[in-house]
Amino acid sequence: MTDIILDIEHQQSSHCETGVISTLLRSKGLNISEPMAFGLASAMNFVYLPIVKLGGLPLVAYRMPPKTIIKTVCKKLKVELFSQKFSDQKKGMQALDDELAKGNLVGLQTSVYWLPYFPEDMRFHFNAHNLVVYGKTAQGNYLISDPVFEHLVECPAEDLQRARFAKGALAAKGLMYVIRNVPESVDLTPHIYSAIKKTAKMMNGIFLPFFGNKGIRHLAKKIKLLKKEKPKYQKLFLGNIVRMQEEIGTGGAGFRFMFASFLDEAAKITGNKQLVEAAKQGTEVGDNWREFAMDAVLFCKKRKELTLDDVATKLTSCADQEQALRETLLTIKPAA
Amino acid sequence: MEQKNVPQDNSATYQGQKKLVYAVDETGHYTGVQSTGWEVESFATQMAVDDLQQQTDEALLQAQLGEVSPLAYHMLRLRFDIVSLAQTTGFFQWQIKRHLTPKVFNKLSLKKLAVYSDVMKLTVDELRSLPKQNTTPE
Repeated sequence: MTDIILDIEHQQSSHCETGVISTLLRSKGLNISEPMAFGLASAMNFVYLPIVKLGGLPLVAYRMPPKTIIKTVCKKLKVELFSQKFSDQKKGMQALDDELAKGNLVGLQTSVYWLPYFPEDMRFHFNAHNLVVYGKTAQGNYLISDPVFEHLVECPAEDLQRARFAKGALAAKGLMYVIRNVPESVDLTPHIYSAIKKTAKMMNGIFLPFFGNKGIRHLAKKIKLLKKEKPKYQKLFLGNIVRMQEEIGTGGAGFRFMFASFLDEAAKITGNKQLVEAAKQGTEVGDNWREFAMDAVLFCKKRKELTLDDVATKLTSCADQEQALRETLLTIKPAA
Repeated sequence: MEQKNVPQDNSATYQGQKKLVYAVDETGHYTGVQSTGWEVESFATQMAVDDLQQQTDEALLQAQLGEVSPLAYHMLRLRFDIVSLAQTTGFFQWQIKRHLTPKVFNKLSLKKLAVYSDVMKLTVDELRSLPKQNTTPE
């Protein structure tokens, strides 16, 4: 067997799912940036689910659940996406090889933990990572464009198989996807407006106190109540929020900068001045989230200067700002 | 965040990797900027990693004293907990809790051990054994 190496323009991304869809679409000639994919999918959100515990800490997320972005973007842009899951691991690996042999870039959902090229401290059992396979060496190693990495990487077949078929929450079951067809040209403008409207609507949250603005305020209340907990739990609780906001590839400030970047690009495409202002407001929101992360960590380091109430107040100010941003987004109308 | 304010803190947790963040350039528009780390973020990461390491060290010590089974040590070492191990193995949480005691673990059938060894990428022998050198408690 000889090497299979397909053409790929690797571009480092902040987030795996947006990065993969951007790479796959660009390979078919449709130029959709990472922030554009994120924005079109109305993926920005906030979730605080105290019932779901990960490693003993509540689930905190800044976006819609995994797979939403790829599905929504393809549906909206009328991109033909072929995806497949497998119960038989061998068949799953064979199907990957077949697609590569046909000359197709293949997107995969995998676990993070079993990918040997990840830094040790960032490996954890999270099953909804995404990457693109662009080839296979004669020795049987897979050539991978992992969107969150600066450079292309290589992964032994055994490890990739384990990563694709890791069991547990959000198990990938070998999910692979290939883009078959893209429309020749796409007018993004109507999609931009409808996506912004949807994001704005979701920012309020639904009747449950776990999502959107309500979720942020709920979390702020919970931070105040941490006073009753042991210092160690206080630190781990706050640290967990900061990690979900910054560490796991969000482009900074829990996707808020990526969203502002989308608004900025949308302004360029549509020529709508309202969007320029909204992008600036989005940046302020992101900056405030970064300050919240700093405060949270400052509290963990030396507790005298800053109280839990201060940290909670900062978080509440994030909620206030997002509410104002929502109002702005709702006023945005297509430029006549 | 402005491009010039993107932190470049060479975080040890990145292990030489860079991450992409979005920031505003001099013209007021967004661009992707590589960052070598942010001290605030890496502090949070390190805190979580240290906590896991501490739990793992304690489990090793307890396993060496025969208070818990080697499974307790390997579970934590491989970043599992009872919940995630239950999800991956298909055992119930109460079963895993029992398997964490040496008395039950030592009598486990090969079939059950094989389930663990499969999802944890360990041989049955590795699963049953502990690292040789005795790390002294502080």
